[in-house]
Amino acid sequence: MSEDLEFAFALLLSGASIGLMYSLIALGFVLVYKATDAINFAQGEFVMLAGMIVVTVLGAEAPLIAAIVVVLLVMIGFGFGLEKVVLRPLLGRPVVAVIMATIGVAAVLRGLSPLVLGIETRALPLPIGDEPIAIGPASLPPIQVLGAVVAILFFIVFSWFFKKSRMGIAMRAVADNQQVAQAMGINVERYFAIAWAMAGIVSALGGVVWGAMLGVDVQLALVGLKVFPVVILGGLDSIGGALVGGLIIGIVESLAAGYLDPYVGGGTKDFAPYVLMILVLMIRPYGIFGRRQIERV
Amino acid sequence: MVGSSTQRLAVQAGDNRLVVESVSKRFGGVVAVQDVSLEVPRGAIVSIIGPNGAGKTSLLNMISGFYKPDTGRVIFDGRDITQKKPSDIAALGIARTFQNIALFSGLTVLDNLMLGRHVRMKAGVLASVVYWGMAQKEDIAHRAACEEIIDFLKLQDLRKQPTASLAYGLRKRVELGRALAVEPSLLLLDEPMGGMNQDEKEDMARYILDVNQERGVTVVLIEHDMGVVMDISDLVVVLDRGRCIAAGTPEEVQRDPAVIQAYLGTAISGEGA
Repeated sequence: MSEDLEFAFALLLSGASIGLMYSLIALGFVLVYKATDAINFAQGEFVMLAGMIVVTVLGAEAPLIAAIVVVLLVMIGFGFGLEKVVLRPLLGRPVVAVIMATIGVAAVLRGLSPLVLGIETRALPLPIGDEPIAIGPASLPPIQVLGAVVAILFFIVFSWFFKKSRMGIAMRAVADNQQVAQAMGINVERYFAIAWAMAGIVSALGGVVWGAMLGVDVQLALVGLKVFPVVILGGLDSIGGALVGGLIIGIVESLAAGYLDPYVGGGTKDFAPYVLMILVLMIRPYGIFGRRQIERV
Repeated sequence: MVGSSTQRLAVQAGDNRLVVESVSKRFGGVVAVQDVSLEVPRGAIVSIIGPNGAGKTSLLNMISGFYKPDTGRVIFDGRDITQKKPSDIAALGIARTFQNIALFSGLTVLDNLMLGRHVRMKAGVLASVVYWGMAQKEDIAHRAACEEIIDFLKLQDLRKQPTASLAYGLRKRVELGRALAVEPSLLLLDEPMGGMNQDEKEDMARYILDVNQERGVTVVLIEHDMGVVMDISDLVVVLDRGRCIAAGTPEEVQRDPAVIQAYLGTAISGEGA
């Protein structure tokens, strides 16, 4: 393989693995939007919170497995609690009210975390070493491989859940038409709470892998910003869209960094996803896989 | 029922499946339903008719819990359900269909029916996620119940079809099947024959009669086709501008001057339409 091709392959590989890690976080956003129509502006802060819980538990000399169990349980409880305390009272209110509430939650989480944990960046060490793992002619840091694997596992589990499990099918019914779901005896509020709890689970694992990669501090919440180009691209309510959208955004970022940055001095990586997002909004505003809303007047 | 029909149905007095006691509902300045009362005897087919905007669907929405009446009560099997949530009302045994077909379009016919079983499923959340043991056994029983409905409605070939791909009349039938999967003792049908051709209407009328007679389900339906209404109903209630203007047997209602007035000379006869 020529050097150029090898360089391209390395960029694609790295972009795809980072992209899958974006997909994982976007999945939390999509689950909530699909079931409850709420746009969660605090998804990045969920991830930050999860990362902070993990480093706190690890800081108390607990083993990693204990930290993962704790973060999963706490984030599930956080999802349930948030739905119950903040979002349920807003049921039936305009969507903007819910958006503002999640922005408020995000601000509170960002504001409280330095108070509780201080401002220094803490490492989240995973026992996977940092010897790059060779894949074909290129190689990836182990954390990116792990992140990609975790993301893929989640997508497999969730697609099974929504296709086959009774609860998943009921959740799709709730997403499709809340009124009819209620007439079938489905307790819609309960499924709203479950959707938020699932976002908590996804964020817990997202916090582990992103925290291990970037270190844990308030800045970790910024990965949430990448969720928007991903879900706009893939479709706000599409789980497969979150996967594909994440891959595309990750690869675009990586290619921009590899091919454009040398000419302009850097930084294209950070805005390339948004350029793509704006283009998609102009051409296909409901995303690649999103449900095209037909308004009947 | 109100008025003269009360005497006619003296046999069933005190044995009402559903009693609606002078409910009213207004939306802002618009009165949708005003002081409407209704008695539905166990095992009857009761039709609600009236011009568009008469408040028929609003009345149905109050029975199934989607609207809370401003005044009045809804009593089902002797229990006040006025303030209950729609999902709890469904669990008590009231199922409904919707005016605009409201199937879950991404799901298959069978999955739609299985969702109707949801409320009858006992296995807990964890069990249903894990899907083993108890949930598995229960699922087989629910699947059997759905298959029975599929046979009843002759939907055998369509089990695995996504509902979005079905013809209009079939989708209406699947929606009826999904409501039956709830195992209701009271079925609310909002224009079950709306938009159908004559053959489809006759099929649907036969299914409604079978549901009523073979399964002993009490039926309240909204329908515009007077021929069908007069043929299959035990009792007819006429709403006009939110008020109940007449109620009684089909024969009584057809002779009622107020009804003829409201329909402005539209023929209301069993032979017509």
